[in-house]
Amino acid sequence: MSAHVHTDNEGGKIGMWLFLFTEMMLFGGLFITYSALRSLYPADFQEAGSHLNPVFGIANTFVLLTSSLSMALCITALQKRDHKKSRLFLAITILLGCVFLANKYIEWIHEIHMGIYPSGPGLAGKPFGEILFYGLYFSMTGLHGLHVIIGIILLSVMLILLERRAIDHEHHLILENSGLYWHLIDVVWIFLMPLFYLAA
Amino acid sequence: MENKTHIIGYPVFVAVWLVLLALTSALVAISRVSHTAAVWAMILLTPLKASLVFYYFMHLKYERAFLKAMVLAAIAFLVVSISMLFLDFSFR
Repeated sequence: MSAHVHTDNEGGKIGMWLFLFTEMMLFGGLFITYSALRSLYPADFQEAGSHLNPVFGIANTFVLLTSSLSMALCITALQKRDHKKSRLFLAITILLGCVFLANKYIEWIHEIHMGIYPSGPGLAGKPFGEILFYGLYFSMTGLHGLHVIIGIILLSVMLILLERRAIDHEHHLILENSGLYWHLIDVVWIFLMPLFYLAA
Repeated sequence: MENKTHIIGYPVFVAVWLVLLALTSALVAISRVSHTAAVWAMILLTPLKASLVFYYFMHLKYERAFLKAMVLAAIAFLVVSISMLFLDFSFR
């Protein structure tokens, strides 16, 4: 049936990178907003940031860095024709993504219980800069969290394709591109974490 | 177009991961010293960490010059945008 399947890894990869650029500009715009507002309300941002627990942010950084490692190892394993190991590394990546979300959930629930959320009672009467800080905190980590969820779904589909041998050591561009997406999520977190958890 | 792949060994990735963990620990430790130290650590160490992920985990080191130039141009655009914002805020 399929006498010749045309593939163009170079073109496929360039297409994925072009998409990643739009993601970089999306988060880049939010980083610019953060910088602009921080320079207007430096004291409020510092005060608001000091109420966040850095342990959550730092722990999640280690989790995402390790998930990036397992993602990279997954592709190496596949190229070495070790399908079993490749599936194992991909499953570890997905699991670590879920750990990241669970950590985020615990953190957000704690804050929401204290009334700290956009228009929440915990923020009533606070200086305007602090309200802006938490607005940015929820929208930026929320948008990032949404990307983690999409990444987990994408990698789960890849795991199924690997299981069915629709992806193998010769045809794995789709897995590589999904990996690129996952690594970019990691890069965004690398920039987010110090802004919210360490700059106070 | 040929579809050749460059296989990167496990030890390379593990080494990069260890460096990333060390840089994160350094960033956290320096941030506890003072606010100025925290800002400088963030400005210097964060892009370094991101570069390592781009260069090794995202295989950029092993890609063609064309793709490298594309990524560099996109990052340059972001850096110029952010720099222009700071120029605006510093001189108004």
